[in-house]
Amino acid sequence: MLRQIEGSRAVAETVALCRPEVVCAYPISPQTHIIEAIGAMVKSGALTPCEFINVESEFAAMSVSIGASATGARSYTATASQGLLFMIEAVYNAAGLGLPIVMTLANRAIGAPINIWNDHSDAMAVRDSGWIQLFAETNQEAADLHVQAFRLAEELSLPVMVCMDGFILTHAVERVELPDQAEVDAFLPSYEPRQVLDPDDPVSIGAMVGPEAFEEVRYLAHLRQLDALERIPTLAAAFDEAFGRQSGGLLHPYRTEGAETIVVALGSVLGTIKDAVDARRDAGERVGVVGITAFRPFPREAVRGALSGTHRVVVVEKAFSIGYGGVLSTDVAMATHDSDCTLRTVVGGLGGRPITRDSLEEVLAAAARDELDPLTFLDLEIEIVQRERGRMTSTRRSGPSAENILRDLGTVASRIG
Amino acid sequence: MTAPPVRFYQVGSFAVGNRLLPDDDQTVQSDPNRTNSLDSGHRACQGCGEALGARYALDAAMRASEARLVAVNATGCLEVFSTPYPETSWRIPWLHSLFGNAPAVATGVAAALKVKGRSDVRVVAQAGDGGTVDIGFGCLSGMFERNDDVLFICYDNEAYMNTGVQRSGATPPAARTATTEAIGEEPGNVFGQGKNLPRLAMAHEITYVATATVADLHDLEEKVERAMRLHGARYLHVLVPCPLGWGSASCDTIRVARLAKETGLFPVFEAVHGKVTGVSAIRHRTPVEEYLSIQTRYAHLFGERPRTDIISRIQSIADRNIAEYQLLADDAITVEPEKAET
Repeated sequence: MLRQIEGSRAVAETVALCRPEVVCAYPISPQTHIIEAIGAMVKSGALTPCEFINVESEFAAMSVSIGASATGARSYTATASQGLLFMIEAVYNAAGLGLPIVMTLANRAIGAPINIWNDHSDAMAVRDSGWIQLFAETNQEAADLHVQAFRLAEELSLPVMVCMDGFILTHAVERVELPDQAEVDAFLPSYEPRQVLDPDDPVSIGAMVGPEAFEEVRYLAHLRQLDALERIPTLAAAFDEAFGRQSGGLLHPYRTEGAETIVVALGSVLGTIKDAVDARRDAGERVGVVGITAFRPFPREAVRGALSGTHRVVVVEKAFSIGYGGVLSTDVAMATHDSDCTLRTVVGGLGGRPITRDSLEEVLAAAARDELDPLTFLDLEIEIVQRERGRMTSTRRSGPSAENILRDLGTVASRIG
Repeated sequence: MTAPPVRFYQVGSFAVGNRLLPDDDQTVQSDPNRTNSLDSGHRACQGCGEALGARYALDAAMRASEARLVAVNATGCLEVFSTPYPETSWRIPWLHSLFGNAPAVATGVAAALKVKGRSDVRVVAQAGDGGTVDIGFGCLSGMFERNDDVLFICYDNEAYMNTGVQRSGATPPAARTATTEAIGEEPGNVFGQGKNLPRLAMAHEITYVATATVADLHDLEEKVERAMRLHGARYLHVLVPCPLGWGSASCDTIRVARLAKETGLFPVFEAVHGKVTGVSAIRHRTPVEEYLSIQTRYAHLFGERPRTDIISRIQSIADRNIAEYQLLADDAITVEPEKAET
C-alpha cells in the first residue's frame, strides 16, 4: 500500500511484517522512532508472537539478540553511532558465531565532539566485523532492504546491517510502498537455524579455537560473505518479481553510458548526486553515478565492470580514515587497480553538514578540468582550522578545540568570568 | 525406656550418610543417572573449586528441570578449560559469547524460549567473579531489574585467575594478586574496597539470592533446586577456592572453603525478595588465622614479623559478618524459604 510515511515508521512496519520474534533496543538518536514503533506494535498485540525487551545498553541489545538467535528466534535490533561502538564486541561476536541477526543502523557521526547528525563513520567502524552491510538510498529501499536482509541473513547464517542515513532518511516523510503481510510471508520463509540451543540435541556454541584452526574459521567466514555476492542480486531479482520494484542488489548505475566521469557514493546522498549529474548532462558533460548498495561484501568485480571505460572516478564519502583518506575510495581503487582512470576522493557531509547540489556541481566541474585534488574536503572552511592551529602554536594551554572553534564562529558565548 | 535420638553425624562434621536420606534428598551426584553436564576430561587444574561447583550446580539444575536446560557461559576459566577446540566437556546445550554479556545472552535465550512457547526449557547463566561483579555487572543488573527468567550463578574465586591472578572487585583485603602485590606498607589488596554482589542482587529485590561454598555441596545442590523451582531473576554466589590463585594445596579446596564459612568471612545465607530468610550457622567458630595461613596469597601476613594488625582487621570483618548475619547457631535465622516465598 502506498503511504505518506516517516522513514523510521516505514522500516518499523516492514520489520514487523518480517515477523521478528525477539526485538530489543536501547534508545539512541536517530534510531528511536524505529524501536518506539515496533515496541508499540508488540504492546498492542499487532505484532505477535514477539518479545520486545528494553535493555540497559547497546552492548546488551546485541547480546540479547545473540542469545535469542542462537535459540532459534528471528532477532532484530537497531542502533546508531556511539551505540554501535558500545556494542562492537558483540557485533563481531554475532558474526563470528554465524547468527543471522538483522540490525538497522541509522547512520550518525561518532564523537568527540559529540554530534547526533548523519555521516557514515559508524558503519565504517565495523566494516571488517563480518556483517553484511547494505546501504539504502531512499526510504523505499530502506524498507525493502529489510525484507531481503532477513532472507539473506537466514540463508547464509550471517548477520545483516541495513544502513540508512540518520535524520535524512529516518526522519523524512515521503511516499513509500509498503508490502502486505501475505506478500512478505510468501517471500520470507520461517527461520530454520543452522545451529540451535536445544536440550534434545545439545551442542556447544562458542568454543575456543586456537592457531590450529582459527585461520580456517576466518576464511570460511570470508567465503560465506563471497556467497552473499551471488545471493544479493538473486534476491533483488526475486524481490522485483514478487513486489514489482527494484530495490537492493549490489550497485545501481545511473547515466553511466559513455561517461567520462563517474561519481561513486553510498546512501541518500546519491539523490543529490543524481540531480547534479542530470544538470551536468544537460550542460553536455558526460557524467554518471554508481551507487553502491552492498558495501560488505564489497562487489569488486561489479564495481570494476560499472567503472570500466571511464576516465575519472570521484568517490564521495561521508567518512574517512583519519591520517589516511577515503575508506570507500580504497575499495574502489582496488576494484579499478588495472584501469588507467584517475581516482579522486571527496569527503563531505561529516556530522550532518549538507552536501549541496551546487557544491557537487563545482566538484564535477573541477574534475572535468582535471583540477580536483586527490583528497578534497567538501566545503571545508580552512580559515577556521588555521586560526585554531595558530592558537595551538602560540599557547600551550589553548583549551578544547571544539569549543574554541565554536567561539571563533560566535556560536557560543565567550569564556565565562 | 525412650530410644535415644538417631545421630547421623560423622565425627566432626555435619556430613550425613547419603544412604540414610529419603530418595528425594539424596545428593544428585550419588545418582548413577546424574547427567554429567560438565563431563570428565576437561582441563581444569587439580583441586579446581570452580569445576567442582559447576558440576554440582548444573547437574542439580538438570535434575530440577528434568534435563530441559540451556547454559550460557561467560569467558573465563570455566569456558576455557571446558571447550578447547575441538573438544567440549558439556553434555548440555551450551553457549559462550563474551566476557561481559552472559546475563544479557541468557535474557535472549529466555526470550526466545518464551516466544516459542517452550516453557519446559530453563536457562542458567554462569560466570566467574570478574564476569559477574566487574565486566558483566551492567548486564547482570539489567537482567535482575527486568526480572528475566534466568538463574545466574557466580563462581567466585576472588580474582581473575584465567589471566594469571589479577585483582577483581571480589578480591578480599590483604590478598596478594598479580596486581595487588604483597609489597609496601599495606601489602596485598587494600581495605575498604570491593563489591558485595549478593547484597547488590538483594537490592534488586529479585526472587531468590543465595550464597554457598563447595564445602557443602549438598547445600549447593539444594539451593540450585530451590532456585529452579522459582521463576524470574535468581542469583547464586558460590565460593570456589582456586589452588593456583590462592596458593592453597589442591587437596585442601574443600577445607579452605569450609574455613571461609566457619570463620565468618563468607556468610552462607539465602534471601527471598531482598530479605534474608536463612543462614548456615557456623558450627566450629574458627579464628581467621586458620583460614589465612594455609593460603600463600596471605603469606606476607605470617612472615618473620607477623602482621597481627592486618590479621585483626580481617578478623573484625569476620566478626562483623557473624553479628550482621547472626551466623552463630544460637541466634541463626531460621525462616523457611518456602514460607517466605508466599
